Amino acid sequence: MSTLEFHNVVKEYRLRGGWHGRTLKAVKDVSFAIESGKTVALVGQSGSGKSTIAKLLMQLERPTSGQILFDGVPVQNRGAGLRQYRRDVQMVFQDPFASLNPFHTVGHHLARPLKLHGKAKTAEETDVAVAELLTRVRLDPEMAAKHPHEMSGGQRQRVAIARALAPQPRILVADEPVSMLDVSIRLGVLNLLADLQRAENLGVLYITHDLATARHFSDEILVMYQGEIVEAGPSDEVILNPQHPYTQLLAEAAPNPEKRLAL
Amino acid sequence: MEQTLEAPRASAAAAVQPKKRQRRPRSAKLMAGLIIAGAIALFGILGPLFLGDPNAISNDTLAAPGNGMLLGTTQTGQDVLAQLAHATRGSLTIGVLVGAMAIVASAFFGIVGAYIGGWTDETFSLITNVMLVIPGLPLVIVISSYVPDKGLLLIAGVLALTSWAGGARVLRAVTLSLRNRDYVAASRVSGEKTWRILMVEILPNLMPILASQMVFAVIFAILGEAGLAFIGLGASGTWTWGSMLFYAQNGLALRLGAWWWFVPPGLLIAVFGAALSLINFSIDEIINPKLRDQTLAARKRWNTPRTKKLTVPGTEKTSS
Ligand SMILES: Nc1ncnc2c1ncn2[C@@H]1O[C@H](COP(=O)(O)OP(=O)(O)OP(=O)(O)O)[C@@H](O)[C@H]1O
Ligand SMILES: [Mg+2]
Repeated sequence: MSTLEFHNVVKEYRLRGGWHGRTLKAVKDVSFAIESGKTVALVGQSGSGKSTIAKLLMQLERPTSGQILFDGVPVQNRGAGLRQYRRDVQMVFQDPFASLNPFHTVGHHLARPLKLHGKAKTAEETDVAVAELLTRVRLDPEMAAKHPHEMSGGQRQRVAIARALAPQPRILVADEPVSMLDVSIRLGVLNLLADLQRAENLGVLYITHDLATARHFSDEILVMYQGEIVEAGPSDEVILNPQHPYTQLLAEAAPNPEKRLAL
Repeated sequence: MEQTLEAPRASAAAAVQPKKRQRRPRSAKLMAGLIIAGAIALFGILGPLFLGDPNAISNDTLAAPGNGMLLGTTQTGQDVLAQLAHATRGSLTIGVLVGAMAIVASAFFGIVGAYIGGWTDETFSLITNVMLVIPGLPLVIVISSYVPDKGLLLIAGVLALTSWAGGARVLRAVTLSLRNRDYVAASRVSGEKTWRILMVEILPNLMPILASQMVFAVIFAILGEAGLAFIGLGASGTWTWGSMLFYAQNGLALRLGAWWWFVPPGLLIAVFGAALSLINFSIDEIINPKLRDQTLAARKRWNTPRTKKLTVPGTEKTSS
């Protein structure tokens, strides 16, 4: 059982240009928690700060103020503490065409985290573990020899998911994992994520701007608007009974079968 | 990237289909460059083994080519072909040495600074910019005229010192863009160490640029050394194309009409430079597909007027 908490986290970006060193508050005083076995959706329009939260969570950016706690302990942003944290908390990036290095094979992408986190030592162990990871994301183990450009978007994103699973994390962040994929294969990738979440009892932060999938795949929804979390609660409640005007707008725009029935 | 590097000669049909762009005939330039440069390099490597002593003096002075001397002799009866072989070896050695040193320096100052950022980047950028605004050849002349005993290594070092900065700037710019790629962030998330991300994730993607800069540094070095040697500031006791030209000039080869003495080294400089430029163009096209498209467009423009001239009279006849 693991929990990850944000406590009043603020992130300001210093903007270049201009004498006064203007800043942009990408994340304003955000608090929430993710725990094992649950999926939390973070919904918001473009530029609302969703990816910034993912970067803060992954220690790719440091918060301007506020605290990030893992199992109640502040996350260390260097050294062995950070390495341990990265074993427990992993991420799937938005664009599978950008998150895999064009120079390296699929095998390389999966072998590195395995070795870094001591999940495989010898070459044979690594090969076996890589093949196993590929099977788990429903890819042919033969794919290990391929380069990213030889694969489809969906296959690449599965590789990215396999890479995130390699250290056997407790918490998984998925930043718009299907927005770059063809509509026809989105559901397959989301179902795969949901299955893995259940099998591993992962805590998942599912970032999206699609309310329908957020509701279907997650237990809780956080609605983000201009850097703030304006609404949070159990999925059905947030969608069926939105309080904040922005959520109401979102809910109305999203296809909603129950509402249509009521009409 | 490999794909583009490998994609070799292709059919003419491929050029027409926009989808199969990668399989266009593009390697002609590269092949020509590689073959010419390779032949010259081979001459430099093997020539000195089979040809005699370039310094050996004979009574057969200023002989025109022929009579057993393929390229004739100098004023003091030295074999020009033997000299040319040794000079080729010398010039290429300088080129390779300078290329290697310059590439290491520009990679260090360009890539490391940009990746680490902060003060390191500021300092490295400052050093790079200072080196960039110092005019190269004059500095080389000043340095090499102050040092009395100039070895090959010193000349190479001086040339490398003045030639790495431009490359470092380019590498810095590209690294700045690469370090923000998602796959670098993904490696950090995987727990990869900084230096390993730099060496394993970023550096391979800089390979074509490094190759192109290496080629450029070699051209610069060979030309620079030739210039220095020609004005008598070259490496002492080493044959290079430049020193051959220097001796030819001193021996009044031009006035005496001894073309076989100065034409071969001059020609080799020009041809080798051209071959390396050809290689560089094709590397540039690999890095920057836009350039490739421009070449293609230019080729098309080149072709269309001719086809028009052929078809227009015909259509006029049928329409009128
Ligand atoms: N490195 C940065 N420097 C300056 N501003 C930044 C930086 N990264 C993000 N921002 C700004 O922070 C705000 C939030 O960006 P963020 O990427 O988190 O949005 P998002 O919700 O993920 O959007 P999208 O749905 O398009 O991915 C934006 O206004 C963006 O311009
Ligand atoms: Mg985003």
